[in-house]
Amino acid sequence: MGLLTNLKDSISRVTDGLFAADEPKRIGIYGPPNAGKTTLANRIARDWTGDAVGPESHIPHETRRARRKENVEIERNGRKVTIDIVDTPGVTTKVDYKEFLDHDMEKDDAVRRSREATEGVAEAMHWLREDVDGVIYVLDSTTDPFTQVNTMLIGIIESQDLPALILANKTDLPGADVQQIANAFPQHETIPLSALEGDNMDEVYTKIAEYFG
Amino acid sequence: MPGPTPNVDGDASSDGPEDDGVRIDMISGARMEGLTGMEKIRLILDGVREGNIVILEEGLSPDEESKLIEVTMTEISPDDFTGIEIETYPKAETSDQSFLDKLMGRKSAQKLTVIGPANRIETLHKDENLISTLVSRK
Repeated sequence: MGLLTNLKDSISRVTDGLFAADEPKRIGIYGPPNAGKTTLANRIARDWTGDAVGPESHIPHETRRARRKENVEIERNGRKVTIDIVDTPGVTTKVDYKEFLDHDMEKDDAVRRSREATEGVAEAMHWLREDVDGVIYVLDSTTDPFTQVNTMLIGIIESQDLPALILANKTDLPGADVQQIANAFPQHETIPLSALEGDNMDEVYTKIAEYFG
Repeated sequence: MPGPTPNVDGDASSDGPEDDGVRIDMISGARMEGLTGMEKIRLILDGVREGNIVILEEGLSPDEESKLIEVTMTEISPDDFTGIEIETYPKAETSDQSFLDKLMGRKSAQKLTVIGPANRIETLHKDENLISTLVSRK
């Protein structure tokens, strides 16, 4: 009986593996608020499917729900990689509705937005522990990467043994410092880009195929 | 051996001398050792929500940090609790891992961690050797 059960489990594992190889990998786009995650998700989705993922904004926590764009096929060097892009809310340890009041928002709207933002961050953390196969970690290269949230999230990603690609975004802005990001996480490769302008996307797609293919 | 119930309340009461100051709970690694992940998170958040600064001798594992963020988010409420500020020393490339730890894939989680209410604690400076924070009163 035990032998049969073991045999059944082994066959199940092999067949699961065979099917899993053909299934799209779920790649979570993570990072702090306002790093340009949705701009990147939209850039990738538009380049390969023609559709966008969600609205972009300079107001923090514009993305308050994880949004998935399925079956994005990326072709690189004769290889085809199929991924599901999961655009996640910016991760933080604090949300104060009063910060939204600075963006010409009424109190009720600000409170509602902050509630949705907290739910979104909790959801993003859950996705990271349970539901993604790889991570694209987006950082704003004009800001200091040595923050606690970045340190913790990279630690969490590493502890899950997830393949992670670090992108230094917003290289089109004055003050962009890609090297600072590379120095902050020397154990990972850092790729510079401007998701807004589409600069260096060729290298980004090559790396996506390499890391997640 | 720590008891099953995480309780650092001691004799403190709401009208005690801490109303004029800032209470700091320094929790040893031994105290945390016997607690489950959720008990650790509850211990931290209960203290922080009372306005205390919690210092962990040995920090949390990445998985516990992830759950701490998640639970913190579920407890944020307008005009009451705006979340936490948390600081640890940057991880020193696992240089403190023993050969056996590396062989067994164990990662050292020992890192002093400071956690406080987001509206009362502000990090002034942080590097590999120093965490400087400004703590405001209620």
